[in-house]
Amino acid sequence: MSGTPLWLTMLGMGAITYGIRLSFILLWGKITLPPTLQRSLRFVPPAVLSAIIFPEILRHGGAWNVSPLNPRLLAGIIAALVAWRTRNTMLTILVGMAALWGLQALIGR
Amino acid sequence: MVRATVKSNMPTTTARTEFLAGIRAELPILLGVAPFGMIYGALAIGAGLPRSAAQAMSSIVFAGSLQFVATQLFATGAPGLVLLLTTFIVNLRHMLYSASLAPYMQKLPARWKWLLAYLLTDEAYAPTILHYRQGEVNHGGTENTEIEDSLRPPRLRGEILDDASSDKRHWFFLGAGVALWSIWQVSTAVGIFLGAQVPPSWALDFTLALTFIALLVPVLTDRPSVAAALSAGIIALVGAGWPYKLGLVTAALVGIAVGAWLDRGRLQSSEQEQIPLPAEEV
Repeated sequence: MSGTPLWLTMLGMGAITYGIRLSFILLWGKITLPPTLQRSLRFVPPAVLSAIIFPEILRHGGAWNVSPLNPRLLAGIIAALVAWRTRNTMLTILVGMAALWGLQALIGR
Repeated sequence: MVRATVKSNMPTTTARTEFLAGIRAELPILLGVAPFGMIYGALAIGAGLPRSAAQAMSSIVFAGSLQFVATQLFATGAPGLVLLLTTFIVNLRHMLYSASLAPYMQKLPARWKWLLAYLLTDEAYAPTILHYRQGEVNHGGTENTEIEDSLRPPRLRGEILDDASSDKRHWFFLGAGVALWSIWQVSTAVGIFLGAQVPPSWALDFTLALTFIALLVPVLTDRPSVAAALSAGIIALVGAGWPYKLGLVTAALVGIAVGAWLDRGRLQSSEQEQIPLPAEEV
């Protein structure tokens, strides 16, 4: 794909993304969610974030790697401990990357 | 004299301090996002996208994980309809974000809603929702502002309206969103410029998982939220090979359902003060 079709597809992707993000912000109050559903919304961050994290670590590149010697798994656990103890995002990222590089040098990828 | 009195009655958080606080909250996240943006730029060029299109996608679509998937699809020559369908499914989680922020944004003018919706990404959502909820604790409010409003006597409702007009927390959202947007554009450009010079062995893509770990840990506040995270993670692993990222959407919905189900007892008892959980749940 190139030229006009490429740009039109991209504009369509942008419109869909924007519409999804705008949906409830604009419609709240005009349509009402059942209270049970409203209270469930507090589980959105933990559910979505871990649904992104788990495959990144244990099925990176499409292949299962549940070995305890998976460097991404070990580095991820170290990073989670740092996040838990310090609540510091920058430190979590720095220690996590350092751990991954160290582990890759030791164990290999 | 009158002016001075009015000034002294101003709320302690102004638009400016909220905006700067939003940027400050976003700064550490940017450390993880910038390498991710560079990798996107490099991949897009590698997939044969023109430089202008690769850069434009970062502002037209402005959705990191979708841009990665779309780049692969463009490279394999997938038809436009598949790309649009994939966009819808991969970004469906943003509808959940939209619903979760909507109650706090109800009283904003329309132009703010349209602007902030454009900036509603994973990385802007996480600090913003935390900020709104912390504000609730400080003001002694509860999760469900809408229901609370309708239960209050009229005089109190008037006070809440006053409170809403001095509520500047949308500026925090704007600060976080603008900071992320700017870095995303710049890092895309750097990635396009560097191209394949960033060796894969550096594993810079791991910064995204690390960023999300740093965002996840603070929201694991109780057993239901831990259960939501674990169940969503497991379903996401099982569904990682499903087409169009359907596994991600399914996982998110299952996680939310599990959390809500475990939370049902607490919701019923919350009106009668805090009742200890049954032994088997502790």
